[in-house]
This record gives sequence, C-alpha cells and structure tokens, in this order.
Amino acid sequence: MIAPFFERLNKTAGLNFSPFYDAYDWGRLLEGMWISVELIACIIAVSLVIGVVGAGAQTSKSRVIRFLIAAYIEIFRNTPPIVQLLFFYFGLGAITPQVDMGGWYEPIIGSFGWAVIAIGIFGGSYNVEIFRSGIEAVPSTTTEAAESLGFSNFKIFVYITLPLAFRFCLPALTNNIISLAKTASLAYVIAVPEITYTLSSIWSDNVNVPEMMILLFAYYIILVAMIAKGMHLLEKRLALPGYGQ
Amino acid sequence: MSRSAAPQTDWTPDQPIIALKDVRKSFGHLEVLKGIDLHVMKGEVICIIGPSGSGKSTLIRTINGLTPVTAGSVKVEGQEVHDDKLDKLALRRKIGIVFQQYNLFPHRTVLQNVMMAPVLVLHENKREVEERARSLLAKVQLSGKEDAYPAQLSGGQQQRVAIARSLCMRPDVMLFDEVTAALDPEMVKEVLVTIKELAAEGMTCVLVTHEMGFAREVCDRVYFTDAGLIVESGPPKQVFGDPQDARTKEFLSKVL
Amino acid sequence: MKTLFPLTITKITWRAPLALAVLCLLSAVTAIAQDGTERVSALDTLIVWIPFILEGFGLNLLMSILAMAIATVAGVVLGFMQISPIAAIRLPAKLFTHLFRNSPWLVILFAIMLLVPFQITLPGGDKVLIPDWIKATIGFSLPVMANVAEILRGAVMSIPSGQWESAESLAFSRYQTLRYIILPQCIRRMLPPWMNWYALLTLMTPMAAILGVGDALGHTQAAMEAAGAKPEFLIPFYLFLMTIFFVFIYPISIYTRRLERRFAAGS
Repeated sequence: MIAPFFERLNKTAGLNFSPFYDAYDWGRLLEGMWISVELIACIIAVSLVIGVVGAGAQTSKSRVIRFLIAAYIEIFRNTPPIVQLLFFYFGLGAITPQVDMGGWYEPIIGSFGWAVIAIGIFGGSYNVEIFRSGIEAVPSTTTEAAESLGFSNFKIFVYITLPLAFRFCLPALTNNIISLAKTASLAYVIAVPEITYTLSSIWSDNVNVPEMMILLFAYYIILVAMIAKGMHLLEKRLALPGYGQ
Repeated sequence: MSRSAAPQTDWTPDQPIIALKDVRKSFGHLEVLKGIDLHVMKGEVICIIGPSGSGKSTLIRTINGLTPVTAGSVKVEGQEVHDDKLDKLALRRKIGIVFQQYNLFPHRTVLQNVMMAPVLVLHENKREVEERARSLLAKVQLSGKEDAYPAQLSGGQQQRVAIARSLCMRPDVMLFDEVTAALDPEMVKEVLVTIKELAAEGMTCVLVTHEMGFAREVCDRVYFTDAGLIVESGPPKQVFGDPQDARTKEFLSKVL
Repeated sequence: MKTLFPLTITKITWRAPLALAVLCLLSAVTAIAQDGTERVSALDTLIVWIPFILEGFGLNLLMSILAMAIATVAGVVLGFMQISPIAAIRLPAKLFTHLFRNSPWLVILFAIMLLVPFQITLPGGDKVLIPDWIKATIGFSLPVMANVAEILRGAVMSIPSGQWESAESLAFSRYQTLRYIILPQCIRRMLPPWMNWYALLTLMTPMAAILGVGDALGHTQAAMEAAGAKPEFLIPFYLFLMTIFFVFIYPISIYTRRLERRFAAGS
C-alpha cells in the first residue's frame, strides 16, 4: 500500500523516498532512528546525573571543589562542542586501553560511548547551573520551617528542597534537554550510525539528498515536539494548585 | 510513642522552662542583641513588644537555635541550646515556632504539611499522626481543607495550618514570631483566637507581636525591648498602665 | 512560576577563567612533557603550526560576524512578521521560525551545503561560484535568525499594553509605534540573549570543517596530517584549539552575565 505509492512517486514525480519502498533502506532508517533515540536518552541521563551531582558539589564547603566545578562549567560552555567531542574521541580515545576480542583489538569505549560521554558532559555543564538556580529559588524561610520541625539537613534536602527546586527549574531544564537532543546529531562526526549519519549514507547511495533532507527535518521536528510535549505534561502534573499565579 | 528520654539535667518544672542570660548577637559589626535576660515559667504567656528593628525577631529565633548567639546562654528545660553537642532534634520537638510568612511547604497538602514532621522526623505511626492532625485542623477551624494546597488558602488559613503543623509535634513551648503582621486585618482575629485558646489550655507561649490589645488581654508578662535591650518588663497592667521608662512611654503613646 | 523565580546566573569573577585558560595551556604542556624527546616534538610541531591554525580561526571569526549580521537583520524582520496582525504574514513566519529553531545546526548546515548550488547564474549570464564558507555562513545564520526572531517577539510581548494604547491615542501608526516606542524599549532587553547567541554561534562555526571549510578546526586537522599524523599530536592540538575559542568567548560570556545582572537589578 505504502510502498507502491512511493515507488510510483519516484517514477512519475522523481521524488525518491527510497526507505519507504526499499526494504534495505527502510531497515537502515529504523536502525538510525533507534540509535538516535538511544543516544539521546543516554546523553540526557548522563547530563542529568552530572547536573545533580555538580549542583550538590557546588554547595560544598571546600573551595577547591567549588573551583573545580566552576572551572568545569566554564570550560565546557565556552569551547566548541564539536572540538570537545573530537578531543574525547580521538585525543582520549587514543590513550584508553584496548580489549582483546580474540584476534583483533577494540577500544573499551566505542564511538557511541564517547559521544554519550562527551555530549553528556557538555550538557551537564548547563544542568549544573540550572539545578543550582532551582535550589537557590527555594526560599530559605521554607527550609527554615522544616529545620524548626526537627528535619535533618538530609531530610530537608530530600523532602523540601529537591521537590521544589525540580519544579522551579523545569522550564529551563526542558530547554536544555531539547537543545541536547539536537546536539546529539554531532555524533555524526565520529561516525555513530544515528539518524543523520544513516540518512547521509542513504543519500550518497541513492542521490536523493532533498528527499532525505525532508525526512531528517521531519524527524527532528517531531522528536522535539514529542520531548516538549512530554516535559509539558510533567510540568502540568507537578504544578502546585494556586501556586505562582 | 517514640519520645526519646529527657536529657540529663537537674532541671525541675518549677524552674523557668526558658531562661536567657546576657544573650548577645552581632551580625558583623552590627550588635542586635546587647545582653538580654529573660525567663519563662511553664504555662506562662509572654509577649515581647517594642519598636521595629529592636531585635525582637532575632531574640525569639535564638530560643530554638535558628539564630546562633554570639555570647550568653539560652537554656530550655535546663539544656543549653547553643551547645554543639546538643541533640537538635530533641530541642526542636520541645519547641514549636510559627513565622510571619507561614512558610508552609507549597508542594504538600494541608494534611501532609501537618503530618510530615511527626511521621518523617519522629517516625510515629502514620495512622495515629493522621488522626491527631485531623483533630488539630478541626481545632483551628480548618476541617474540610485537608486536601487543599497551601497556595489555595487565605493568609489567615495558612497561618492556622502553620500553628497546627507545629502543634502536631506536641511541643512544650510555642514561639510566635509576628504571626499576624502579614495578614489583612479581618484575618488577624481568627489567628489570635486560635492562640488565645492555646494559652487558655495552658500552653507555654512566647509571642513577638504588635497587637497591643491582645498583649494586654492575654499575656501574663510583657517584655519591652528597644535597641537590643530589655527596657522594661512586668505584668501587662503595669507595663501598659504605668510605664516607668521614657522609651516605653514614648512607644506606647505612638501605638496605643 | 517563571516570573516568580527568575533563574539567576552565578557570579564568577574574571580571575577563575584566567586561571582556567592557563590551566588549559598547562595541561597541554604537561601532556606533552610527560615523557622524553618524542613528546617534546609534539609541542614543537604545534608551535610551528600555530600561525596556520590562527589563520583558520580568522575565518571562524569572519563567519561568525557575517552570520550574526545576517541573522540579526533577518531575525528582526521575521520577528516582526510573527507579530503581524495579518495571518498570511504571521503564520508562515511562525512556521519558518519553528523549523529552524527545532532542527540541529548540523542538519541545517547539511541542507544548505548540499541543496544550494555551488554556482549561480547572474541575470547577465555570468556564472558566480559560491565558496563553501559563504554557504556555511548562511547555514549558521539560519538557526540564529529564528532565535533572534523569538527574542524579539518575546521582548515586544513584554512591553506593557499601555504603551501601545497611549501611542495609538497619540495617532501613531503601527509602524511608528514599533519604530519609535516599542523597539527602543526592547533593545535593552534583547542585548544579553543576543550576545549569548553570538557566543553560541561562534562555538558552532568549527562544524564547517566537516564540509571541508578551512577554518580553525579544518586547519588543525590538516596541520596534524601534514606533520605526520602521529597520535600524540591529538591531545595538545585539540586542547590548543579549545583554548583559542575559550580565550575569545569567555570575556563575551562574562560581559553578557554582567549585563544580565545589571538589567535584572534595574527592572
């Protein structure tokens, strides 16, 4: 049903959407989309963990730790992400140990792994600031009330500060997650077979650049819309009745 | 019930439940408390009055250790509050405090606000706590609001939730830090009625307040502070009716 | 909730970053100095190639400035189109903005590089070649344009409606109101995010190297290749490249943050 339509479209109008009638290209497209989604999920997870840990470390009493966190944020926010990625993959990748795969050697961390590490660390540098701002937005009077009720510092953080801070930073977090999902396409440069890479190999095989470009744009528009929708639902779910109006 | 054993002191109930001796507090170069002596007996209702910026709020906050003192001693049931070895939890369970800005937890419902501390901090049985919380909410005239969120309530209602929240810890002493200052006039009364009932039941209360009528009617003793010092103290009849110090006279002539 | 709790940005003094730049260089040097003669040659090689890399960086600056100029002009027009009362203008403008705000830089860059012909025929019949770096510049300007449009729209929306009403009651036309009343009040608000986007744009320009443009990244890779493609070059060369960008971008970030804070305090 779908395949004949696109085949006819190719013959009559010259619009070659090969993945929709060619089983091999279809497989490649699905694989690319799947790896892209996987990559984005891993990157976001890494960046969130770094964000929470970093924001916590920023409240540390040690000046050295605070300086290191500040240095981390500034270095990764003020240098080109593509160079960061290349630095990690080629620079650090060259000195990481290799494992014997029975005859041939493979690096412990592959290109997918390095993309997750590099882009995750890049995104984390924004998340640290976002979480920190959220924590700062929790009124000190509210935590003081908890203190007066006998809450320990840990319980104050878990039951009062964190739930409120998370709500306060959701809008900024949504923006950063969307921007990270887009930045994940950089993994192309170290040949991670995600969507951009896959479609580019399809268009170099079939010489159908404009058509595949439309698919690529459509993929990202839909992906971003879905993430935005999901985050919006979360925001709505967590909204406090009567608060902030 | 999981009340921990009382700390070892030679305190007996006939001694002051709260005793401040030469309490000083500085913020940088600014000395806010310049040697405060104050005592509260069990069951007493004490009002601290005085002009804005005279250190009243700082004073009341030193009692439960929220504001550390620079020098002097604050004892609650014979226990030094500003002692690093002090079990803060035991102290905080003994003393409830209500703030000017209510400071309810905005992400929890009214009932959860009241139940949180006994359940999480004292690890009390959830069902017992809920029962107590509901009856406390009924006492402050808030039955039916259990599932509302704080931001859906009026200021006066939020303040009464804050009172119930403190009471649910079954404190020995209640501190009130200008609890009506942020309220619209018509809501002031409903909060004061709640406090008056508490006082009538024999709860030990320390209030920082601008409500002179309330102070005169409900208090056992009044402390007048000015510029970080206690200028005058005594029964309300005496302080309001026959003030001795010139600063007290001037202040009262302005507010009454 | 957004307006109740504005997300502020930390104050970090200029000393920390300066130390960082030094740190970057130092780590490069130590990485090189780790063991003996072989590594020292990596540093020597880097020094030899520095002018070539900096020449490439010049192209990054040129691309970033040109792209920002295009993005600003096009973005302001697009932003005003978005708030037009005429739906036929407003809706396409919104669609256009949406498309370029939500697509990755790399994808937009590919689209421009591959879909725009490498030469165009002028009306007179002359053929003009479009160099790759110009195409890349256009590719970089598009996402920034969409975001400038969004910044402008946001700034205009934040002007109280009383300003529109009073201008209308003084018989200003819509154009006059925008030109003389609304826009001047927007510029102050738009400056910090505009500068943020310039910084981000500059950090994205090395992507042009993927498509063969001889920018700083392209030249760095070419230099490593020419010097014998030894693996020990990778860390110092890439670190040096990051340092150049850092030294240029960091002062801009600091200044932007100062502006943000000053404006936040002023309003």
